[in-house]
Parts: sequence; C-alpha cells; structure tokens
Amino acid sequence: MAQDGKNTTLGQDFEAARDGWQGAYEKQLPDEEKRHNRSGIEVKPLYTPEDWSSDDYMPDLGFPGDAPYTRGIYPTMHRGRSWTQRQLIGLATPEDYNARMRRIVDSGATALSMIPCNSFYRGFDADEVDIEILGTCGTTINTVDDMETCLAGVPIGDISIALNDPSPFTLLAFLLSVAKRRNVSWDRISGTSNQSDYISHYVANHMFFRLALGGARRLFVDHVQFVNERLPMWNPVSVVGQHMQQSGATPAEAMAFTLASAIQYAEDCQARGLDVDTFLPRFTFFFDISISFFEEIAKFRAGRRIWARLAKERLGAKDPRAWRFKFHAQTSGVDLTRQQPLNNIARTTTQAIAGILGGLQSMHTDAYDEVLSTPTEAAAKIAIQTQNILREEAGLTDVIDPLGGSYYVEALTDQMEEKILAAFDVIEAAGGMFKAVENGLVQEKLGDSSLEFQRRVETGKQTIVGVNAYQDDEPIPVMPLERPDRSAMEAQVQKLKKFKADRSLAGVERALAAMARACENEDDSVFSRLVDAADAGATHGEICTCLRAELGFGQPLIAA
Amino acid sequence: MNTSVETETTEMSPQIAALSRPPKVMVTKIGLDGHDRGSRLVASFLRDAGMEVIYTGPWQEVATVVNQAAQEDVDCIGVSSLATDHLLVPKLMTALRNAGLDDTIVIVGGIVPDEDEKMLKQEGVAAVFHSGSSRADIVDGIADLIIKRRKELGE
Repeated sequence: MAQDGKNTTLGQDFEAARDGWQGAYEKQLPDEEKRHNRSGIEVKPLYTPEDWSSDDYMPDLGFPGDAPYTRGIYPTMHRGRSWTQRQLIGLATPEDYNARMRRIVDSGATALSMIPCNSFYRGFDADEVDIEILGTCGTTINTVDDMETCLAGVPIGDISIALNDPSPFTLLAFLLSVAKRRNVSWDRISGTSNQSDYISHYVANHMFFRLALGGARRLFVDHVQFVNERLPMWNPVSVVGQHMQQSGATPAEAMAFTLASAIQYAEDCQARGLDVDTFLPRFTFFFDISISFFEEIAKFRAGRRIWARLAKERLGAKDPRAWRFKFHAQTSGVDLTRQQPLNNIARTTTQAIAGILGGLQSMHTDAYDEVLSTPTEAAAKIAIQTQNILREEAGLTDVIDPLGGSYYVEALTDQMEEKILAAFDVIEAAGGMFKAVENGLVQEKLGDSSLEFQRRVETGKQTIVGVNAYQDDEPIPVMPLERPDRSAMEAQVQKLKKFKADRSLAGVERALAAMARACENEDDSVFSRLVDAADAGATHGEICTCLRAELGFGQPLIAA
Repeated sequence: MNTSVETETTEMSPQIAALSRPPKVMVTKIGLDGHDRGSRLVASFLRDAGMEVIYTGPWQEVATVVNQAAQEDVDCIGVSSLATDHLLVPKLMTALRNAGLDDTIVIVGGIVPDEDEKMLKQEGVAAVFHSGSSRADIVDGIADLIIKRRKELGE
C-alpha cells in the first residue's frame, strides 16, 4: 500500500512550496477543527504525492479487468456495458404487479425485480395476516398461480429477474414451476436470489428472517448446491452490505461485515464439498451508497481489492471470475429527508454518481418520496430518469475509474482498506461471522455506530439540509397515497382459498412430508424437495410453517 | 445490544426528576416489519433522559402489547413504523380501551404519511413523530405528555 512506497524524494522545491501553502492555510484557518468521514477517517484539506505515489500503481491498482480490480472488474466497464437499471417493483396484487412491471420494461428497464409483500417476507400467506397491511409494501405472492399472473406475457427465458426471496427461496421455486408449465428450460432462467444473505437479515433486517440461524445455514448451502447443479444462469448469493449500513454500520464496517459474511458462506459451501470455482463466480454483492461521496467511492474500490485477495488466497479460487467483486447498489434511504422532500432528488443524484464512479454493475435509485410513503409511480419515474441523465447526458461512462490516480481518492482507498480489514479482523477473532452474530457482537457495533451518527446530527456536527440547518416553515407536501384497494386484497385472499380447495391435498401433503424428512437427512436437499412441494401446489405459508417446525423459528436477538 | 454507550447529554430534565417515579415507556413494533434502527435509537434516547423503557423488539401482536402494558403499568406506548404497520394502531387503540387502559398514552414514530397521521389522531394517538424529529423533540414531547397525563390522574 501507499504508506510503504510514499514519495519521499519530491525535492526541495516541493517541500518549500508545501511549507508555504501550509503556513498560509494555518494562518487563515488557525482554529479549524479536524474533519472525519463517517468511517472515522480524518480528512485533510489537501492531498499530494506525499500521500500517494504512482510507484504503487501496479501493485495497488493495475488495469480494469485484472486483479486486484481496484479500477474495475471488467476491461471495458461502463463503456462496454452500462450498469443494469434495476428498480424495485412490488405492489398489491399479482395483476397490479404485472401491469406496472410491463410499463417499466417498456420505459427501458433492462431487468426485472420482484418485491413481495411484508406478509410474504415473514413467511405467512395472505389469509394469515391483518388485511389492513396486506399488499401495502409489495406484491402478495403465495402460490405458483400468483407467480404465473405476475409474469403473464413476460418472456421468462430471455429476461433477468431479481427476486427478493429470502431463505427458504420459495419465489425461485414458484418461478421454476412456472417455467416447467411453459416448457421453458431451467437452463435459460437467469437472475438472482437477492435476499439469500440470512446473516444480514438476522443482524440488521429482521423482516426477512424466517428460520432459526442454523436452519437458514442449512437451506443456504442446499440452495447454492441446487443452483450449481441445475440453474447455470442463476446467481444464488447476494451478500447484502446494504442492510448493515442502513441499520447503522459505517461504510467501512458495512464492507467489512459483508466480506466476512461472504467468507462464511463460501467456507460453508466448501465444507459441503462444493467446488469453489463453480460457486464463487456466482456470488454477488449489494451495497448502500450514502451521500458521503468520496468515502463511498473509496469503499467500493477498496472492497474490490480486498475481495480479489480473499477469493484467491484464502478461498483458493483459480477462476478469475471468482475474484471479481460484482455488485448492485442502492442509493441510501437513510439520507433522505421528509422536510423539503424534493431535495431528495439532489441527494439521490449525488449518491448515484458516487456509485457509478465506484464502478457498480447494477443500481437502484430511490424515489424522492420514499421517506413520505411507499413510492409513487411519478417519483419512481424521476428516479429512473436520473440514471438515464447521468449515463447519457453527463458523460459519466466515458472514462473508466476517472478518479483513479487522484491523490485523495487513492490515499482514502488505502485508508478505507485498512479500516475495513481492521473490522474484518475483529470478526475473525470472534470466530467468524456466524459466531459473531450469534453472540451479538455485530449487532452491538451497528447499535453503537447508529447512535454515534445520530449524535453527530443532534450536535450539528453532521448537517442535514432542511432538518438541522436551512429549515423553512413550508408545510411538508401531502403525497397522494397509493394504497391497495381493500376489496382487491380481499379478492386475493379468496383466490388463495380457492387455490387451496382446488389442488390435490394428498399430493401437497406428500411433498411437504418429503421436505420435512429431508431436514433430518443431511444427504438430502431440502431446497430440492421445496421445489417439488411448490410445484405440487404447496403455498408459501405452508412451506415456511413446515420448515419452521423442523428447523426452528427465526427469532432475532432482541435488545436495545 | 450494548446500552452502556456514554452519551453527551445524559442530564435528566428537572421536570422528569421531580416526578415521584420515572416515566415508564414501552417501545414496540406491531405487525410484520422488522426494521428496528429507529426504535432502538428512541429507546436509548428515552433511557438516557431518565425514563424507564421496556423494549419489545419487532413483530409484536396487539394483544401481547396490551397485556404487557397492563402488567408493567406503562405511562406510554410508542409504536415505531417504517412500513405500513401503523395501520394496525386503530386495532391497538380499541384493544387498549377494551382492557380499560384508556389512560395509556399512545404515540407513533417513523414513516407516517399525512393522511394516516390524521386518521391516527382521530383514533386517539397523542402524537406522531416523523423521521427527522430531533432527540429533544421526542424526549420532551413524550415527557410533557406523561407529566400532563399524571396531573390529570391526580398523581
């Protein structure tokens, strides 16, 4: 790293000029307080060749598409292939989802995402929860028929679908069942199991947590193995740093915990005997982009570099595709404010630029009204157009890693790397990520960092425009509420009841029993049995209930 | 979670210190959502300000919240909502009334659209704290409500 190879022979002219500048600076700002970024790294007013020297170019940076990938994981980066615009879509009934998703595809989105309703996340069917909240945050999908409706008219063999589908991955099972009905070969089904990172759910986002930790661990490896063997175009793993950062982790901590989780998952797969060069190239990552602009860019550059080394040296991967740190990123909702909400468009734009300069592969930009209610369609459109403007008008894709070689960005990348590795080592010392979350260590760090950030806001050290500075008395605009029609949700519940009445109950019971037996038998695949059960007509709620009975109910550590 | 983190402003307000017993607040999430950053922060704020806090964690049933509120004799129930779980608060209000807990103050914090805020106030919710509310807004707001309610009850 640069610390070792710092330019120490810059000459007398340099030193004289530097001392002159420093004198002038300190004279004009004698009492200036030190500044720190969100990860706690001191940010100096100026960076020079003393902080980073191009002597470190080859070991630390190299060229795009080559290890250590600091400058990007592909030789052509956004010139060859722009990032994928992947907006989250999910609302009310499968029919509503289908209509909106088709409009979004027509407006230029290149891939789909599917966000189910909160009842689904918690492992319940529509008839098991309060009707008041059903379908208010995502689509109600309980059966293979619901999935069929969601994807009506969609060429599922030719489009990539990101499923928000936490363990035990029933959406993927429904999708495979629909493919079977349509005679689409599973070889052609492409996309990602977006929420396979059960550790992040346990730690930071309890909404997605359904099974006990140990049970989720088993399902995870079964699912990766199934995908390895049967679904060559599917990415089974997305490791979600976004949850960690949204829950309070600093950018450096979020990166460290994500890498530690990825190592845990990879080593669990290796323990099962899976070949690292088969499964590791299919690992992807998902991060938050906060408005701390340079820090985020450095976070991504450092993360790429660390992952390449971990994949190669620690996991022993020989296939360079396994060394590439592929990631999706979402602009941070935590930075958005309810006050003067149109300002959020400026925030999202700034975050998105950081993500693009950080070399992301796929992006979701938040709608400005997210902090007021579930995003409206008009606001979601602005969010997509923001990406189009940055790509087509601003010229952000012209040059690969345009900040590479900046004294500041390179020095900060080195410092973020150190900070990330220090947090990573703490997890290692605790026995790895699984143990560190079991005993609450990671949760404690998130709580502390979230409190620390809030304190910076309260004391005014962190300005938030419209909240603790530049406030005005303008009333906060009333957003039109797009809530599902209660009668449509009631009809959805009726549809589920009819589905249950019409199917062969004996077949469902047989399939669920086989799945339950697989839980007891380590040589069997629970996920493979789950795919059979979904195909036989088992509902999402029935599958989750059965697995919870066998593998334990997912109850996160609760403390405050 | 570690709650031993030192805060810069742990001073108890004189109003709270003057009470015969500290304010008792239950911080909870009902319904389905599990995002708990906000509720954990608010629980810390209230504790630091000298209140007794019962933190339930997410996923609570309305009936469980009401039972616990009765057993613990809380002054106030704070419901955190990031998704749309505050739509269940009317059910909570009814259940509290049925249990004879009409005097328990209910407040809601989080992402609450304006139309919903109106509805919640009509249902008897004493205050809604939106995202971006400061620590002082929340702590003082809750303290004032509790002090006023205790006076009304002759305490």
